[in-house]
Amino acid sequence: MELAGLFFYLITFLTMAGIYAVLCLALNMQWGFGGLFNAGIAGFYAIGAYAAAIVTSAGSKSHVGGFDLPIIVGLVVAGIIAGLVGWAVARLCVRLKSDYLAIATIGIAEIIRLFIVNEEWLTNGSLGISHIPRPMEDWFVGKPAEIAFALFVWSLVLLTWFVAHRLYISPWGRVLRAIRDNEEAAESIGKDVQSFRTQTFVIGAIFMAVAGALSAHYFKYFSPDATEPILVTFLVWVMLIAGGSGNNKGAILGALVVWGIWSMTEILTSMLPDGMTTRSSYIRMLLIGLFLQFVLQRYRSGLLPERAPKLRI
Amino acid sequence: MMDFINYYFIPGLTLGSIYALGAVGISMIFGILRFAHFAHGDLMTVGAYAALTAVWTLGIPALAAIPIGIVFTCAVALFTDRFFYKPLRDLPTIYTVIASFGVALILRSLIQLVWGTESQVYETGFQKPIILFDVLRIATRHIQIIAATFVIAILLHLFLTYTRTGKSMRAVADDPALASIAGLDPEKIVRWTWIIGASLAAIAGIFVGLDTDVHTNLGWNMLLPMFAAALLGGIGRPLGAIAGGLIIGMAEEICTFPVFGEELISPSYKSAVAFVMMVGLLLFRPQGLFKGRVL
Repeated sequence: MELAGLFFYLITFLTMAGIYAVLCLALNMQWGFGGLFNAGIAGFYAIGAYAAAIVTSAGSKSHVGGFDLPIIVGLVVAGIIAGLVGWAVARLCVRLKSDYLAIATIGIAEIIRLFIVNEEWLTNGSLGISHIPRPMEDWFVGKPAEIAFALFVWSLVLLTWFVAHRLYISPWGRVLRAIRDNEEAAESIGKDVQSFRTQTFVIGAIFMAVAGALSAHYFKYFSPDATEPILVTFLVWVMLIAGGSGNNKGAILGALVVWGIWSMTEILTSMLPDGMTTRSSYIRMLLIGLFLQFVLQRYRSGLLPERAPKLRI
Repeated sequence: MMDFINYYFIPGLTLGSIYALGAVGISMIFGILRFAHFAHGDLMTVGAYAALTAVWTLGIPALAAIPIGIVFTCAVALFTDRFFYKPLRDLPTIYTVIASFGVALILRSLIQLVWGTESQVYETGFQKPIILFDVLRIATRHIQIIAATFVIAILLHLFLTYTRTGKSMRAVADDPALASIAGLDPEKIVRWTWIIGASLAAIAGIFVGLDTDVHTNLGWNMLLPMFAAALLGGIGRPLGAIAGGLIIGMAEEICTFPVFGEELISPSYKSAVAFVMMVGLLLFRPQGLFKGRVL
């Protein structure tokens, strides 16, 4: 491969890894800080993608939308809708124990998926929404546009990281970790456990929607297929655990490493003999499943384990 | 009225029976091993495909292939427990839950690799429904599924009430600390939990194939209603899970029954019914209808 080709492969890689990094940081807020097991990441991701797609795309006869608004408005709307849904979900479900919360959030993701597939007037059903604009499209075309979008994604990764980092070192983050580690003790010193959990769930949901919006803009087309739980929910969980849950830098590193492994398996499986290539995606799933088991048994705390910030007295 | 029984009540009972069989395993694993087993649906799929291979290679009917499906699924369940769940048993259970997510993915991708992703059927051709009293139409496969579930429920009850293993399983589900002081062998109980859970999952998977078709997402799609059924019946209450399964299955079918020409719920939102029931239950009666554990 030529150097230029390699460079643009790297750009594509970084763009996707950046979108996953936002998801991973968002999950870290919910699970790493708050101990909330969200198995419905795909649902919030889909809300974000569809909200942004409907708000920013140009008109279409087959469904509502085509408001043709700026990208930034799309991002904000995506965040607001996902935040509201997240709030409703959290109000109902955060008091549940972790296993129950996992079941409940899977259910929510499923209902969101049903809604998207069935409400064709809004989402164009299984056909999906096309002609979604990309930011800065008017200024750059072709290859530079790819670079510009990768920079846009990574500026949002930085923003998300900044928010996550500030939250983590704040007194708010300390209370949240206290709740995660010992709920009764936190409650006994007068902390409102449900309220803290609801807040972190909502903040996480907002950033998951931002990641969804980013991928809608990147692919320029979004259909229910893109919200496949395995590709979204499962991969993000693997990333966070491999990177180090509770550690924001670990979340970003996990996204880069696991997306790297994922992309590498694509190269490997594409070298298989012809008869096997149709089944290569299942081999990739199998490998990533085994990778998770390996990480869980050997490197549970991840590449960058959580380190509580020093107390300043 | 007869339309209601023929097209809503009987299919609801059939679907409920399938949920019931799957929910027993979920409830027992939740009660005894204390984690939500997310690969249970995929164990069903494993059973359905193992039976499919038996049907293809031996040329036997699907019902006769049930023992083969059971043996294969039990082997898979014991294998995954030994290599993926047992190493994590002393950690907080949430790690095992995450591992079971991974196992679900591993099982499904293996099935897709070995059997492909095309939908398959056990036997082709249209089965004529049996017509009773001129008005009651019931498909043979529905009779088989409902009757088999009924028999299994009775056998399960007898096993749990009268055998030593069954009694120790209930003891561990009720109070693990007391059970271990009493000297019950935890590994043996864990093994039996998997054997019963996986056997019933295999039967449920084969019944899905009998009722509709065999496809790779067959079990995963049923996971949510089965969890709802297990919670409804009360965690660690296998017979409660059977009742829960029947209730959820019936509720899903009956919700789409047209009253005054309007459907109560659009059929496309059928699978949301189980979920709504489950969340309501978790919030207002987490111990389930039959006083299960609250973990």
